Order: sequence, then structure tokens, then C-alpha cells
Amino acid sequence: MKKIIVLLFIFFPGFVLASGEGVKLEHVQVDAKDLESLKRGADLFYKYCSGCHSTKYVRYERIATDLNLAEAYVKENYMFNSDNIGEVALSSMPADLSKKWFGTTPPDMSLEARLRGNDWVYSYLIGFYEDESRPFGYNNHVFKDVGMPNVLAGLKQELGEEKFKAAATDITNYMAYMADPVKVERESLGIKVIIFLLVLLIPSYLLKKEYWKDIH
Amino acid sequence: MKQIVDSVMDWVEVRMPVSKLYKEHMADYYAPKNFNFWYYFGSLALFVLVNQLLTGIWLTMYYTPSGGEAFNSIEYIMRDVEYGWLLRYLHSTGATAFFVVIYLHMFRGMMYGSYKSPRELVWLFGMGIYGVLMGEAFFGYLLPWGQMSYWGAQVILSLVGAVPIVGDDIALWVRGDYVISGVTLNRFFALHVVALPIVLLGLIAMHLFALHEVGSSNPDGVEIKEKKDSEGIPLDGIPFHPYYTVKDIMGVVVFLIVFCAVVFFFPSGGGLILEGPNFEPSNALKTPEHIAPVWYFTPYYSVLRAVPNKLGGVIAMGGAIAFLFVLPWLDRSPVKSIRYKGWMSKFALTAFVVSFLILGYLGTQAPTPGKTLAAQIFTIIYFLFFILMPFYTTMEKTKPVPERVTG
Repeated sequence: MKKIIVLLFIFFPGFVLASGEGVKLEHVQVDAKDLESLKRGADLFYKYCSGCHSTKYVRYERIATDLNLAEAYVKENYMFNSDNIGEVALSSMPADLSKKWFGTTPPDMSLEARLRGNDWVYSYLIGFYEDESRPFGYNNHVFKDVGMPNVLAGLKQELGEEKFKAAATDITNYMAYMADPVKVERESLGIKVIIFLLVLLIPSYLLKKEYWKDIH
Repeated sequence: MKQIVDSVMDWVEVRMPVSKLYKEHMADYYAPKNFNFWYYFGSLALFVLVNQLLTGIWLTMYYTPSGGEAFNSIEYIMRDVEYGWLLRYLHSTGATAFFVVIYLHMFRGMMYGSYKSPRELVWLFGMGIYGVLMGEAFFGYLLPWGQMSYWGAQVILSLVGAVPIVGDDIALWVRGDYVISGVTLNRFFALHVVALPIVLLGLIAMHLFALHEVGSSNPDGVEIKEKKDSEGIPLDGIPFHPYYTVKDIMGVVVFLIVFCAVVFFFPSGGGLILEGPNFEPSNALKTPEHIAPVWYFTPYYSVLRAVPNKLGGVIAMGGAIAFLFVLPWLDRSPVKSIRYKGWMSKFALTAFVVSFLILGYLGTQAPTPGKTLAAQIFTIIYFLFFILMPFYTTMEKTKPVPERVTG
């Protein structure tokens, strides 16, 4: 029967790896604890992305708290169509017009990083290339015939390849944060919970041993 | 103080036999002393059930079961409700843990012949629980109202349409609409939070009553009630409480360490617990590239896809589950435990487990000709395990079963 147990464990990694197909994605390493990177990412996101893309589950106040930013800073730099810090970040672009302009309404970005994965988001951001057949002159390696214009073209020209990739990493980090804002809190609580359980295991083991010492 | 407590206890005792129940099911319920690792999963299943009930009740307080608001309310729970994320991850990881624990519990039963006479009813009630649990998982999975929720339910419900003549009408009756819609969501919610939990609790009570009537089996498959001392206590039995309660508490702590590691560090389970496409709200006009059920259904999904004919596939899938129900009558071996069965039973059980796992893996994958062929081969092996069981269990040479348990 030991064999079966071994087999169980041999096959489980197979389950875990069973995902992903299609285009090869660039790998990105993001750090949810790096507040500097998150702030840079947020700055870029609200400069380049939030005009078209809503993030209807992300509250400005939560951004200020989690990224350790002053409310005044958030109001000044991120909030362009609301004065209420408790609001969620919505694009002011009318859905029917954006559909007319781009062929589709720009999707909500709150959960994009969990929907497609960080690597996909990063690969998408750096994946634009010139293609004369497209209405805006650009196509994308990971999103064929994308409707979105290459809004980061100017930034790329300004920063150069290397720094642009770093900027894309920051945006990805911020989008990963938006999709899973509780990650840092979750993991720090998780460590405490597991330490508690490991300590609890000692008396529960000793209790079992004490009771069972007369059973043979 | 003690006097007051005693008199209250007496007052209750006259009216309801509390201490009799306690003795029958805990202090004077004698369990074999040689339970091994595989015997933790029954109590763990009960523990996970309590987790699902409690977290489920709290999630219900914040969840909105409507087509327009369901997805939003999940994000509300995840972001705005205090510790809502924890409740949800405990519940979603709990669903996966439930199936892990139940599959290991069932495997224990198959390995040690726990389903054999006189425990056929215990097995049947257990299989009933498994069936209801699959229903719970299926109905519950629609509630987040994401793309995979929606299209998974769409695919499974369309299977009903394969039934000749009345199939489409039944599917329409279940959905309450021509496609999966808010109407479907509302009725699935009712079934998930009220109807099926009641059935589940009833079946669990019967599973335990039936078990405590005949007594637990053990890794040797020896009936401990056949060897009793002068006071009528089984020689190889020990009172469930305190011995197995303290042992199971330890089991719960170990389980919690693994469980919490997933809840706090891998809540999506690499896409096995929370699938990526489910982070996009359901859209009836946009079919995802690849629709796969959650991992605990994938072995049966593979069986379904392995058969080229739709109705045939549905019958094969139903048969794959139905065969498990009749296991007590397929196993004709004179011994219960795999320890004393012959090599054919050992080989067959290994082949069964391997084919179940491979079918499970294949069910998560998009079909290719090679993978479909593999699914067909392992589907045949899966069924041969059951169909040939009456033969190999009687043909093989078994080892002598000891008089007493071997520890």
C-alpha cells in the first residue's frame, strides 16, 4: 500500500503544473511589500491607464492606507473625477463612446492580474509592436489585434528599454496589489496562525501520548 | 453549586437520556485499538463540515444572490467586509479540503474492505453523503458568478439535455430559463445553503448511527466483537472517548497546519481552488477558451469526454459513480483487508487509484487526440476494476486472517 501513497504524491505536482498554454510569457518578479514600487506603479497607472480603465472595486482611501500615502497626495494625483476619498476609482469615459472609439469598452482592471496572471500583465505592457495594419499602428504579442492604443509608447521612448521594463514591473506590481490587496496582511497573519498551530501541536501530541501509553 | 448542577442533570436525564447517548456513542463506544493514519479522515471530514457550515453562514450574511450583484458582493466580501477574505478563503479552500479528506476516507474503506458485511449500509450512507457533497460543490460553484462558474454550470446542465425526448425539458426545468441566468443562480443558492445541507446532516447522522451499531472495522478487518472479556468488552477495543478524541484532536491540529498554509499562502491553489477565469464576471455572450470543472470532478469529466457519443458519455459518467455504490456486492473475497487479499486485488486497487488520478489530471487539460486516447484507456481500467472484481476476489489465494488485531 506504500506504493499507492508514493504514487499519490508523484501525481500531485502534475495537477499543480497543469495550467498555461499558448503564447510564451515574460516572467516578472513583483513584491507586494515594496511600497516604493507600488507607489511608482500607482503613479503610472493613474497617469496612463485610469482615464479609460475603471477599477470599480478599488477605493482611493484603501490605496492611501495600504500604500502609506497621504490622502492629499491621492486626491491630487489619482482622483480626477471625484472628491470623495471613500469612492471607488471609475473612469469618466462614457462606455458607449469608448466602444465606438476602440471597438470595445476598456475592461475593468480591478481583478485583471488575478484573471490573467502577473506574467501576462507584464508581457502585455511590454508586448506592443508596430503594425501598420492596425487602426492605431500597434499590435500586441500576447493580445492579438488588441483594441487598445500603445499609450506607453511615449514613456518607452523617454525612459529607454531597461527603465521602461522597470516601469512596467511597477505597474504590474500595482495591478497585482489591486487584484489581491490583502496579500501582505494575509501572509503576515498566516505566519502567526501557523506558529500558533505548531505550538498547539506539542500539548496535543503529549496529551495523546499520555492517554495512549497504557494501550498496546 | 455542584448540587444545583446535579439536580438539573437529573431533571434532564429523566426526560431525555443524555448520558445514555453519550455512553453509546462516546465513552462506551469501543473502537479497535489499531487504527492507523488512514483513520483520521472520518473525524476530519466532520471538522471540515463544521468549517463549511460556519463560514457559509457568515458568507450568506454578505452575499447577494442575484445576477446583477453576486459577483460584486463577492468582491465586497473580499475587500470591504472585515476578515471577509478569510471567511471566503476558509470556505473555498474548505471545499477542496472536504473532497481531499472524503477521497482519502473512501480510499481507506476500499483498502481495508470497510464496506463489507455487516457495514454495507454504512458504505451506502457514506456514498449518499459523497453524492450530496458533489451537489453542494456544483451548486456552490455557481454562486461567485464568474465566467467559470457560469460556463461550468452551462456545460454540466447541458448534459441533462442528452437524455432522449425529455432531456431538454428537464434542463429547462432545472435552469428555470433557456440559459443559465439570475433565476438559476437564485435557486442554486437556495439548494446550496438550505436544501442540501439539511439532507447532508441527515445522511451523516445515519452514517454514524449505522456505524456505531455494527462498530468500526480496522486495518486487519478483524471483528473485535467476536473476542470479548468477561464483562462483554471487546479485548481489542478501547473507548472512543478519551482515546480517539485525543488522537483526533492531534489529527485536527496537523490538518489545520496544512489547511492554513493553503488558506493564507496559496488561496488560489495554483488555479485548482479558485480558477483564474472566475475573476471575470459571468458573460453569457463570451465562452472561455477552455472550460474545466474543479479538480474533484475532473476524473468523471474525463470519463464523460472519453466516450465519443454524448448520451453514452453521460451514462459512462453516471456509471463511474454508480459502481462505487455497489462495491459491497462486487467484492466476494472471504477477507476484508487488503493485507490478507491476494496479489490480484492489490494490483487492481493500485490500477484503480492510478487511473483515477490520471483521469483527474486529464480532466483539467484541453483535449488532444493523444490525451483522449489516454482517457479512454484509463476509463476502461477504471471500469474493469469494478467489473472484474467478483472474479479476481474469488479466484485469488488469500492469506489467513489473525484471530486478534495485529496493531
